[in-house]
Amino acid sequence: MDINWLKVLGLIITPIIAFFVGVTYGGLVRNITARIQNRFGPPVYQNFWDIIKLYSKKTSIHHGWMQHLGPVFAITASITSLYFIPVLRDSVLFSNLSFSGDLIFLIYMMVFGSLGMAMGIGQTGNPNSAIGVSRGLSMMVGYEIPFVLALVSIMIQFHTTSLNDLLAVQSKFTDWIIFQSPIAFITGILAFLGMMGYKPFDVPIAPAELASGPVSEFGGKYLALMQTSRSIFTFAKLVLFTDIFLGGAGDFGTLVVKTFLLYMIPVLTGIVNPRFRTEQAIRFFWKWPTALGIIAILIVVW
Amino acid sequence: MVTPNINEKDKLRIREIVENFARKHSLWVLAYGTGCGAIEIPPTMTSRYDAERFGIRGSATPRQADVLLITGYLSTKTLKRVIRTYEQMQAPKYVIGFGSCTINGGMYWDSYNTINALDRYLPVDVYINGCMPRPEAVIQGFIKLQNIIAEGKGNGAEKYQENLEWYRENQKKIIHNWQMPDYNW
Repeated sequence: MDINWLKVLGLIITPIIAFFVGVTYGGLVRNITARIQNRFGPPVYQNFWDIIKLYSKKTSIHHGWMQHLGPVFAITASITSLYFIPVLRDSVLFSNLSFSGDLIFLIYMMVFGSLGMAMGIGQTGNPNSAIGVSRGLSMMVGYEIPFVLALVSIMIQFHTTSLNDLLAVQSKFTDWIIFQSPIAFITGILAFLGMMGYKPFDVPIAPAELASGPVSEFGGKYLALMQTSRSIFTFAKLVLFTDIFLGGAGDFGTLVVKTFLLYMIPVLTGIVNPRFRTEQAIRFFWKWPTALGIIAILIVVW
Repeated sequence: MVTPNINEKDKLRIREIVENFARKHSLWVLAYGTGCGAIEIPPTMTSRYDAERFGIRGSATPRQADVLLITGYLSTKTLKRVIRTYEQMQAPKYVIGFGSCTINGGMYWDSYNTINALDRYLPVDVYINGCMPRPEAVIQGFIKLQNIIAEGKGNGAEKYQENLEWYRENQKKIIHNWQMPDYNW
């Protein structure tokens, strides 16, 4: 069996790049939030210090084995999701493991981390965490429906379940799927708002009422692992949406510009909005984005 | 050519310097609003004085926090909660005594239900005096704590663990109905 060593190298460096880009984006978001609130804000590299500090905590609380495995599940799911998304188009190094059915695989894989986390959190016995988990899973039921509807409409339109095929379709600027099927894009972006967990939809985290919800019992190395996982997963989601709707990217400069602009949609929505209640958030997702998603499918099938 | 002779101890020292630098620049504060001093925390954190410039950020739970901020007087009832909170935090952890009340009791020095000197009950790293200390003074206190951490002297957690018996004795003198585990972290 011959192994494509270039691909292996790609698999090793892709999570590292995702980590650095994701953490830098996190710092930028904190800085942008501060500027909008008329503050100076922390430096862009602040989140690196936070993660190093969390990794170098000397003690950590131990509730049981599932608690250890929760963050591990999360980071496994993040890296696995990233592995099935082609980061750059027409590149052997960064095409990763994408195969002909990767869109369907990703729909399943992106849920796995949260479910693993939920099991780990269940063992800590903290009531705030339990409420946070139940809210998070309810939210997931909310935004998964429009997300899947958007993806299904695109799958029907282009007769493919492969991200590489979708990238091949969008070779020119005017062929981007955002222009070919704008309703699917709007549905996807509304689901994306819920996925990123910024302000109107930060129901599970809710620092003011749930004491940061699911992660409230996790400190030190556990939290560091979760933040690492979150940074990688953020990058993976951004690259996925760029690949599906914005025609992917040929080089890292284009990728950074596109993912950053895409990232600003949930961030800027979040800064100027208060938080929804749980049932308001779920009702929102089951009303407008779901209706738009069904319309997108009907247009394609017609 | 001289090969650099780095032994195991020096390697640990380099690692500690890097870690302390990260700790110094990332202080997550559990602002335990015990007394009236808590009113000075919002202006310190928000746009006027913006403590986030120094990496100082609020933290929602004791598990994630680095700094326990005792803002003002501590009544005998809240002392119990503060001790539990402190013991739930993960080492290395620091305590900042905020206002005159934590130093010598301040205007409550002869009150029947407040404690006078905080460092008889918890290892305090930095005191910020004043009644109330203004946000500038609070940030000055945080910078002093950062310098202590950079020097590697922020070892309150170890001090607490070494002298646990002495601290427990003092704590139990104040808290008569001691209904919590003797070592709960």
